[in-house]
Amino acid sequence: MLTIATGNKAVAAAVKAAKPGVIAAYPITPQTEIVEQIAEYVTSGDLATQYVPVESEHSAMAACIGASAAGVRTFTATSSHGLLYMHEMVHWAAGARLPIVMANVNRALGPGWNVWAEHSDAFSQRDTGWLQVFVSTVQEAYDATLMAFRIAEHEDVLLPVMVNLDGFTLSHITQSLEAVDPGDFIPPVRVPHAIDVENPCVYGPLTGPTEYYKFRWDMERSMRDAVGVIADVEREFAERFGRQYGVTEDYRCEDAEVIIVAVGTLGKEAEVAVDLLREEGIAAGSMRLRWFRPFPKLDFGGRDVVVIDRDYSFGFGGVVAHSIRSTTGAEPYSVIAGLGGQEVTYGDIAGFVRTRQPGAEFWFGVNGNV
Amino acid sequence: MTAIPKEEYLLKCTSACAGCSSSLCLRYVTKAAGPDTVLVVPACCTSVIQGIYPNTAMDIPVYNIAFAAAAACASGMSNAFRALERDTNVIVYAGDGGTVDIGIQALSGAFERGTDFLYICYDNEAYGNTGMQRSGATPLGARTTTTPGGKPTPKKDLDRIVEAHNPPYMATACSAYPLDLYKKVKKALSIEGPKFIHILAPCPPGWRYSSEKTVEMGKLAVKTGSWVLYERENGALTINGPSKAAMKKPLPLEDYIRGQGRFKGITPEALEEMRRQIQMTNARLSREAEGIC
Ligand SMILES: Cc1ncc(C[n+]2csc(CCOP(=O)(O)OP(=O)(O)O)c2C)c(N)n1
Ligand code: SF4
Repeated sequence: MLTIATGNKAVAAAVKAAKPGVIAAYPITPQTEIVEQIAEYVTSGDLATQYVPVESEHSAMAACIGASAAGVRTFTATSSHGLLYMHEMVHWAAGARLPIVMANVNRALGPGWNVWAEHSDAFSQRDTGWLQVFVSTVQEAYDATLMAFRIAEHEDVLLPVMVNLDGFTLSHITQSLEAVDPGDFIPPVRVPHAIDVENPCVYGPLTGPTEYYKFRWDMERSMRDAVGVIADVEREFAERFGRQYGVTEDYRCEDAEVIIVAVGTLGKEAEVAVDLLREEGIAAGSMRLRWFRPFPKLDFGGRDVVVIDRDYSFGFGGVVAHSIRSTTGAEPYSVIAGLGGQEVTYGDIAGFVRTRQPGAEFWFGVNGNV
Repeated sequence: MTAIPKEEYLLKCTSACAGCSSSLCLRYVTKAAGPDTVLVVPACCTSVIQGIYPNTAMDIPVYNIAFAAAAACASGMSNAFRALERDTNVIVYAGDGGTVDIGIQALSGAFERGTDFLYICYDNEAYGNTGMQRSGATPLGARTTTTPGGKPTPKKDLDRIVEAHNPPYMATACSAYPLDLYKKVKKALSIEGPKFIHILAPCPPGWRYSSEKTVEMGKLAVKTGSWVLYERENGALTINGPSKAAMKKPLPLEDYIRGQGRFKGITPEALEEMRRQIQMTNARLSREAEGIC
């Protein structure tokens, strides 16, 4: 069915289609619309689920953990401080190997209270054991949310998945949306280690030095297996519903001499910059990074790379730029832009490419360059 | 009559909604507290009302802190002032969500530790900042954006939870009675230890009434007995004048409910339950005030 929706409503619609047994959530801008839309679905009877309006995000994730451990499909949504407030439970969910799906509407962190887009919230959770995907359109928000359940619940993965969408620039804009009937694309959930009173076990007990690392290795092995599972699920999704995604979305890369890497909506903006640069005779391409965990193996074939980070690791550098440096050996031109919703247009992005200095770092807006 | 100082610490032209009674309360709270005061503010409408950088509507320091952390932050601050031998008032000004839900743990801890501070919860009975979702303080039957069919459970009794911590002073107040509020803040700040004031703060967009009715709404809350004004000093309860009158001769609950869009479509059962709870609370408080219990 073709409608128009905001990024938030698209997530809610995908959640409705996946029919979780329990949804526990807490409002935070710019995610709130997801929680509200789900409450509407539940009240109107469009979605039969246990909706738990918890008192905090820590409790939201704890409730999802309990529900998922009991064997039902679970969902929550958050953003920024909410995500950070749940941090302990975010680790717990992955360590307990629970296939929880969470939408994270990317937003900057305080102080300097700021509700606008930034990726520092999600990247701060990068070592928790969650898979992380970043989307750039309303349709992709829907599709990725739906696929997230399949991927998280796959027996070779059994790790939680975070679907990231940019605050306001995606969460609150409307685009066309084709909702699908997932049918058996989303089969009933099976959590193999679900609590079973017929077979009493202890979950997550005291674990000594001779055992603990094995659980950690097991998580890493599942992360590695997730690479193939993601590819399979996305392929099956393409076959059934006609929309194809990959670990990156590549645009005019084949003959490019310089490639822009960005995440989320800035990755889409980069495609417009590519067209502009091509008109000027600069052979540019863009590679929008979709999956951040597991981090993909990228190959730039020795070409120049311009990485735009909407985040920063203080005293270190842009997280995406460093990830690319360490996994590919490339020496990207690292641009820090868009923090706290700072406006970055395709014209600005084209400018980064024109004036690139491989290996250098550039903060957009500092020293009067906006 | 108590002379309320002319000094303003909450300046004009804030971003509060028209008819916002919580900002009216903030004005009186800061007048009572005076300039040697720090406000600790978690995420809530007040974090917007105070102004957006580089502007501020406040003429006293405001310390913004993460949503769950207000009482803990104030606890650290109050102890620091003690170490510095300074008499600065530390006042938390938090919404009901930041108090009865996410912040209750920090609140309980700070009260248990005997922190010398004043915690004020202005209660608009929903999450105003994020656009009127339910909070634990939302009353039974009220519609919010996350309870579009009306809240199925009653308002959490915050006062009894705070009371269980035996603070030396706690009080309720209502934005429609600013002088009463002013005096309570003054009194609270003259006492050592953890103090608590719970203010009912009607909110036009949240309660769905037109903004000029804010004072009327607060008066109706008190006159129908839905909100009781009292003080508890070292455990001894005093019911304040307006509520004493309301207990003798309450206005019908419907007078309060009718004008609020959030109660549109409330079921007769929910209304009856609300009436029952009001009667129970009022009976309990008046028995206690008379020393019967
Ligand atoms: C950990 C965390 N979760 C959620 C939020 C989003 N948030 C900001 S204010 C608010 C509601 C505040 O409600 P209340 O305390 O009742 O105060 P009011 O806004 O009504 O003044 C929420 C949910 C946040 N800032 N931090
Ligand atoms: S939502 Fe309510 S409490 Fe918040 S500023 Fe508006 S009137 Fe005041």
